[in-house]
Amino acid sequence: MDWSFNNDMPIYTQLVDKIKLSIVSGQLPPGEKLSTVRDLAAEAKVNPNTMQRAFQELERAGLVFSQRSSGRYVTEDVEIIMEAKKAMARQYVQSFMKSMEQLGYTGEEILHLLEEGEEEEKQ
Amino acid sequence: MTATFECRGLSKRFGATQALEGVNISIAPGRVVGLLGPNGSGKTTLIKLANGLLSPSEGEILICGSRPGPETKAVVSYLPDKPCMPQWMNAVQLMDFFQDFYADFDRQRAEEMLARLGLDQKQKLSQMSKGTKEKVQLIMVMSRKAKLYLLDEPIGGVDPATRDYILDTIIRNYDPEAVVLISTHLISDVEKVLDEVLFINQGKVTLQASVDDIRQQYGMSVDEYFREVFKC
Repeated sequence: MDWSFNNDMPIYTQLVDKIKLSIVSGQLPPGEKLSTVRDLAAEAKVNPNTMQRAFQELERAGLVFSQRSSGRYVTEDVEIIMEAKKAMARQYVQSFMKSMEQLGYTGEEILHLLEEGEEEEKQ
Repeated sequence: MTATFECRGLSKRFGATQALEGVNISIAPGRVVGLLGPNGSGKTTLIKLANGLLSPSEGEILICGSRPGPETKAVVSYLPDKPCMPQWMNAVQLMDFFQDFYADFDRQRAEEMLARLGLDQKQKLSQMSKGTKEKVQLIMVMSRKAKLYLLDEPIGGVDPATRDYILDTIIRNYDPEAVVLISTHLISDVEKVLDEVLFINQGKVTLQASVDDIRQQYGMSVDEYFREVFKC
């Protein structure tokens, strides 16, 4: 996982986003056991309490769950994961549209540019 | 719950110089706190007061509810900003020394960390490079199961890779019920490992806040916020 952080946002929300991305992309598959808070905190070079807070947030969202003695796992509920994935996609689209509007493009033109971009990708 | 570290109306004067004035701080167990301020703001004075190396002019300082003394020294692990350990000792002698003095010294933990460092255990402190010396001294200090770790400028004057090693050693080894107080002005390096920060300026504590609250509220890192507050 990439553990670099932006300056303009709380660290815990950035941790939530990074772990979420790993889950929705399948890098952390459903039912996968997660490393301990302390190990992950050391890996990300962050404070363990901050990592703990990120996990609490993910638990609240239903993306991970903890089992009393054995640790923390990625949810096995694929529907929740797909929903989180869609929500993230919507966020990306929103920020993309905003940037394109700032460049002065409108709906039709944006779609056209997207198709062009996809063609180029294929080649 | 008793605060691990508490200052009430704490002031310290050196002759005509007011080093600390009316400091009120309370830190709960389990927090990693940055003591951040420009040079000469009173960081080291505060840490020395906590160690009983200085005594307050007014007010009081309490460690787990007690004033600094033999019983607080047993639970406080201190890394001064200047070389503090006998320079003629090698790593093995240092471990013997710590084991004699501190009941909470975990020798096995120290040995593991020293082994990972790949150090020649016969080498004296005085023969080590600055970075290695800092690492060895930090290993000693973090190998105690203390309730309060007072680290005065642990990353000053070492290269970025050594800084990473030092911060990593701190977050991997502090007891989850302990408080770690790190004084520094290298904020961007320590920011991610801190829960809270204390801003200190001209002997006064001007802010106690959580790192993520500052980022949320001002939309900038603590480092950037510090530069704004302490603009010269």
